[in-house]
This record gives sequence, structure tokens and C-alpha cells, in this order.
Amino acid sequence: MVSVLATTQTFTLDGIAARPVRVEVDVHRGLPAFSVVGLPDMAVREARERVRAALVNCGFDFPLRRIVANLAPASLRKAGPGLDLAIAAALLTASGQLDLGRLPKLAMVGELALDGSVRPVPGVLAIAEAARERGVEAIVVPAENGPEAALAGEIGVICLENVAQLSALSAGDWMPERPQPMSLRLSAAGDGPDLADLRGQRHLRYALEVAAAGGHSLLMVGPPGAGKSLAASRLPSILPPLAAPEALEVARIASACGRLGEERAGGRPFRAPHHTVSPAGLVGGGNPPNPGEATLAHRGVLFLDELCEFRRDTLEALRAPLETGSVAIARAGAWRQLPCRFMLVAAANPCPCGRGEADPECSCAPLAVRRYQARLSGALADRIDVLAAIRQPSAEEIGGPPGEPSAAVRTRVGIARELQEHRLGSGRCNASMTPGEVRECALDEGAASLLADSYARRRLSGRAHDRVLRLARTVADLAKAETIGRDQMAQALQLRRRDQE
Amino acid sequence: MSEPQACPDCLRRSLLLAHLAPYIEKVATGTPGSRSPELLRLSNEDLAEGVAPKIAAQVLAQVAAVPEGRLLAGLAAAQCWACCRHDRRFPVGLHDAADAPWALIGRGDPALLDRLDPDGTVTVVGARRASTYGREVARELGRELTAAGLLVTSGLAFGIDACAHRGALEAGSTVAVLGCGADVAYPASHRSLWRRICEQGLVLSELPPGTGAWRWAFPARNRIMAALAGMTVVVEAAQRSGSLITADLAADLGRDLGAVPGPVNSRASAGTNDLLAGGACLVRGAQDVLDAMLGPGVRKAERVGSPLDPALLGVLAAVERGEETCDAVAAELDLGGGDAASALATLEALGYVTCSLVGVYSRTLLAVPGV
Repeated sequence: MVSVLATTQTFTLDGIAARPVRVEVDVHRGLPAFSVVGLPDMAVREARERVRAALVNCGFDFPLRRIVANLAPASLRKAGPGLDLAIAAALLTASGQLDLGRLPKLAMVGELALDGSVRPVPGVLAIAEAARERGVEAIVVPAENGPEAALAGEIGVICLENVAQLSALSAGDWMPERPQPMSLRLSAAGDGPDLADLRGQRHLRYALEVAAAGGHSLLMVGPPGAGKSLAASRLPSILPPLAAPEALEVARIASACGRLGEERAGGRPFRAPHHTVSPAGLVGGGNPPNPGEATLAHRGVLFLDELCEFRRDTLEALRAPLETGSVAIARAGAWRQLPCRFMLVAAANPCPCGRGEADPECSCAPLAVRRYQARLSGALADRIDVLAAIRQPSAEEIGGPPGEPSAAVRTRVGIARELQEHRLGSGRCNASMTPGEVRECALDEGAASLLADSYARRRLSGRAHDRVLRLARTVADLAKAETIGRDQMAQALQLRRRDQE
Repeated sequence: MSEPQACPDCLRRSLLLAHLAPYIEKVATGTPGSRSPELLRLSNEDLAEGVAPKIAAQVLAQVAAVPEGRLLAGLAAAQCWACCRHDRRFPVGLHDAADAPWALIGRGDPALLDRLDPDGTVTVVGARRASTYGREVARELGRELTAAGLLVTSGLAFGIDACAHRGALEAGSTVAVLGCGADVAYPASHRSLWRRICEQGLVLSELPPGTGAWRWAFPARNRIMAALAGMTVVVEAAQRSGSLITADLAADLGRDLGAVPGPVNSRASAGTNDLLAGGACLVRGAQDVLDAMLGPGVRKAERVGSPLDPALLGVLAAVERGEETCDAVAAELDLGGGDAASALATLEALGYVTCSLVGVYSRTLLAVPGV
């Protein structure tokens, strides 16, 4: 036997997508050595040590020959420890200790521990889906990732706890049951934080409801402790539940980022990055590019607390993704497009000290206040539709009965969203109306004259004019009105974000 | 107070004008507009002979034969009344004009006739094709002059005229002088405005009810407006605009003439700027008009907004008490979030409050009428 070649199929994660990788292991005569080639990153290169220890500790022989593992295609960068299992299996096959020939067409992912146990890896959902699309009949995954892989549908899932189970599997003595797929949260979230916790604050509640109903971005301005963060974190609970494909999309992103266990699977994500986040952290970046907070918030809520404290370049980076619903990251040798269709919610204090100029305790110099507020009218703020000015709730309100629960608000929001989908098409909402669609909104006489009056008097810009129309359409949808009435137009005018004068 | 009266002869003059309207049109349209006031100086016989020599005798006889009862019945059917130059209540300003109408047909409140005194009446006119600036100024002038106790007259035309009427109606009543019958809403799209003036003010015309709009009748109507008022203010006019005819007529009568300045490079304001260069009184706002008419500083113009309903007054009072945000107003007045938002937006659109970048409302200087 001069040399023996064996191959196995696996996948590596590229952003949030899985790319197929073929592992070829060649064992031939020569000085004992084990090398991994084919653009591996550090974690893949270190697979040599893990594979060697795992095989020996599970009672397999580690051949004292010259071993070369090639990862094809060679031009694709391979990352992460998920290739360990495939390399081990190919090595065992090449050294004659394993025969996978009788099994259906397999792909395998998993990280090996030194004792031979198989550890979970990120991105199993995307990998299982990619495998299914490539005609793989069954995928071997770490036991902990089993329920996630089972979400991929028409593909066999074999859960492995230990690399030693491979021999039982190949011999046909053992075949684990297909695990139950992880349950996605397709009904409305019932166990998340509830809007009932927000006491008083009717205007804020109203603004939240309008923003949720039309998918409009929202800015809350008010003193610290008035309930801004509390309100933002309740926003996912009043959004309509995700449809199954959307939930799967969210789960795929969470899985690729290794967060599927820690969050409600398939529920609307809520991301609140700290204001020190870098542009790459927010929209994604690095080399190879990784998803950022904006992508993690896909189909959910991205909450920027203390908007004025964020670095300007960080916020600038968010502009294009907000408009297009996806972020394109180009790095030397890598280009990726990641989805990020989220609802932006921001909060800010009215002045640097947070009390607001009207408060006698406010110690801010007028110039400092001006400078601070100027940050609220930058390029990102220009993309924000709704402004909710809030104040410290009174003692009676704080001690009063809980507010309306999320479920009731969610029902109204759901009805309004249905009207929008009926008008604009599936998955669309008023915030995404094109200028052409905005012009088609029917106004009654009172609404038209109020808008024209405000336009002439308050010098609304063209962009603000359209923004008000979109908002008014949402307010009318909440009232189930076909034509935008005067009152609804007035409410939209009040809710709109102001420009600096 | 007695009802306004009109003698049959003066009413027959109106009827004659209506009968001769097509002939006057033919004679007067040679040089657009300017000749009709001159024609109207003529006596019945000279006028008929001048514009329609062939049928003059026939028309004169026909008009003279109409019995007084039918004249009055026609007025009553159109819900109009008449007041002729022999009546005590005939507006005094018209006695100054040699070409004044013999009788005025009115619809609306006859009590306003007694306020139609040149010392207390301002005519606000301007282009039909007006800019936003012109419309806004006209509306504010109308509103503030009315609130200061003056009577604003205008011609119910598109643009400046309509805005002046609307502004005046927001603070009180107004007088519209038409170039057609007082019961005819012309232009038709101003029907609702015409109806409001009939209810809340006074519509006047020298033509009998039912007469349509003839081109010559508009310069003729301008001479009435010029004579009724102590001051004529042109808000916006291009060169050769029809509203400059009113200005000329007012100047001929020795009335004050005012003009609102516009941008020097604006075609729409070229006429008013020319008037100012020619010595017209500079009108920057209601105060300038009050100073010119009543003497400097005699009466102060207050910036007055549109009238408010009780709900809006309540919200405005809450803002005045220092409730700064929509949320605070909603909590204070126990309104739903949407209702408070709607009320504040309305108040903002009307100019009573302003909203800062961070959503804090504050009260402006604009006063509420009647409060």
C-alpha cells in the first residue's frame, strides 16, 4: 500500500452562509507527519492536534505515516473548528479503520474534544440547509446541535456524542433517532417583557404603537429614567409574530453567530449595542467579514440608547443599510452582503445633563445644549420618522395600575399591518413606501388643506412632506380608514421628527 | 334701524345695466377694463344711446315699464335687498364718486351698511395668481385689520381677494363686492366662501340678482370698492394687473393707497413695488394700515390667530400652564395619546405653539380672538 485516499463532505461558514468543503485525506509512506492544506485558518490548522488526541483516546490507531489533509476548494478560506469531525472521519477511512461506503451520502460537522467527544459549532442550521440543497442525504452533527439541524427539513440528522460512535454507525449497529426540530416561536411572544410594565406615558405608548404598525423608526427624547429603554425593549412584543420563513431566517443568523441557544428562537430579535460600538461592530466587518449588530437585529429591533453619544462615523455607517435593508461589506479578497431589515429605535437625553433645559436643575450651557441637539439632526436622524418627547412620569402614574398589555396592542398593530400588506404587497409596510406610492395615498379635504397649510407655513421639506404622509397613512390604517382624515393627518404632523430650525 | 330702501328709478337703472350688459361689453372691451367706469357715469339715455343706438328706445321703454312690485319680488326671491343713493343708509363713500352706482343690491347683514364708512373701511386687493407669500400676507391683513375693528372689503376673486376675505372671516365679518349679481357665486369654486360671507358678512353688487359675470363689470366693481374704503391696499400685483385699476381709481378719489412690498426681482410684485416707488404708503402689516388710517399709534394691531374651539382652547391653556410635551398635555387633560397629538399639531399649524427639536412645545405671541 503506497498511498490511500479518502474524502468526506463538510461545510464551512462564510458570514452567515455555508459553503461546501471537500476534505481529502491522503495517507502514504514517509516520515510521520500530519499537515492540513487548503487555506485553513488557525483553528483549522490546530485541528491536527485535536484529531490526533481524540482518535487515540477513543481507541483508534493514529497512523504513523505521512498524512496530508486537503480542504477543497483551495481558494476558499476555511474558518472555525467545525471541520475536525470531517477530517477525523476521512483519516479513519483512509487508514482503513472506518468504512462509510454502506451509509447514505453524508456530510459532517463538529468540533472534537481531546477525549473524543463532539462539541457544538455555530451555523449548523445554515449548514444543514446547504447540505440539503446539495443533495446530501444525512448530516452528522454534534448532539447539542441536533434540534437545530432538524429545522432544515428534508435531510437525515445523525447526532454524535463521541467520535467512537462513528465505527458503530459505519458498521450499521447503531443509528440514532432523528432529533425533534427546535420549536420556533411563530405565535406571538408571550413570555417576553410586556408593555403592561409601562405605566402612564400615553403619548409614548401611542408613538410606539404607530411606529410598530408602520415599521417607522422612532426617536425617544426624555430625561434618564423616564422609561425609554423599558419602552424600547417592549417593542418586539407588540410587533406581529414572524412568518415561518422569516423566523427561519432569523434563526439562521442567530445560529451562524452562535446565539441560537441564548435567545428566543425565531422570535423578533432585540439588539441594544452600547454606544462605544465600532462601525464594524454595528454593521459588520473584519476580514473575513462577520455580521454586526444590524444583521443580528434583522426582522427585529435595533435600539441605540444615548444616540448622541455614538460616534458619528458609526451612525453614518448605518445610513445605507437602513435604506436598502442589507449591508454590503467589501474587504480585500472578500465581499459579502448581509441582510439587516430592522426597525430602528433610538433614545436621547434632551441636553447633556439629561434634565432638559426647562428644569431649573439643568446646568448645561445653552451652547452645549445646541451642540448636543445638533447631533439629533445628523444624517442618521434624517432617517428617523417618529419623535416621542417623554417626561418623568408622575407619582400617581408610577404607582397606578399597569398599562394595556402587549397582546391588545399587538392585535391592532397586526390589523394595520395586514391592511398595508394588502395594499403594498407581502412583507411590506408603510415606512417602505416609494415616493410614487406615497402620492397615491388618498386624503380627505381637511387632511389635504392641513398638510398644504403646514407645508407652506412650517416650511416642511419635500422629504418631511413624504414622511408625514407615510405616518398619516399608518395612523389611518390603525383607525382602519381608507382615506386619511384631518385628525389623522394632525397626529402624523405631531409625531413627525423635527428638523433643526 | 329701518330697513334699507331703494326707489324704483334707481332699481330700474340696475335693470338697465343688466339689459345692456352685452352691448357695454362690446364697447368696453376695446381697451380692457378701463372704460367701463367712464361709461357708467352716463345717464340712462346717454348710456343706452352710446352702447346700443339701434335698440336704445326699445330697451329704455321696456325697463321703464317694469312695475315696482316685480322689482321687489325679484329681490326677495333671491334673498336680496337694495339700498339706493337716496336712502340715508347708502354708504357715504360712494357719494364722493361721480360714477357711483345708483343702487346697491345686497345679500347678507344690512347692519354692515352703517359700518361702510371710508374712515373705518379698508379695501384689500391683489392678483388672482398670487404667491404663497401674497396669500399669507393677505390673510393676515384681513384677520388683523378685522380684529382691530376695521371692515375689510374685497372682490371674492381668486388669490389675494379670497385670502383677505378668509382672514377677515376668521376674526369677524367682511364685505365682498361682486361684478355679477349678489346671488351669483362667481367664481363657482368660491361658492362655500360666498355662502359664508352671506351668512357672516355682506355681499354687494350694483347689478340685479341673477346677472352673470361680464368682463366690463369687474373694473366697474373696482370703482365701488375704491370708493367704499378710506384706504386701498394692494397686496401683490404684477405690472398691468387688474388690481392696479382699483389703485388708480382710489387715488383719483383722493383715498389713501397702500402697497405691500415684494422681492425686487419678482414679477408678481412688480406692480406693488412700482406703486411704492410712486409714493404709495408702505404696508408691512396691519399696523401700517392702522397708522395710515387712524393716525400713528392710535390703535395697536394685535397678532391674532384663528378662532379655536373649546377643546383646543383647553389644550392651549395646558401649554400656557407649562405642560411642555404631548405626553404631559395628555396626562393633564386626560386625553388619549392620539387626541393630544392631533390637538397640538392643529395648534402648531395655526401658529399658536411651536415645537422644538426635542418635542418641547412653547406658546407663541399670537393672541386668540375673543379671549
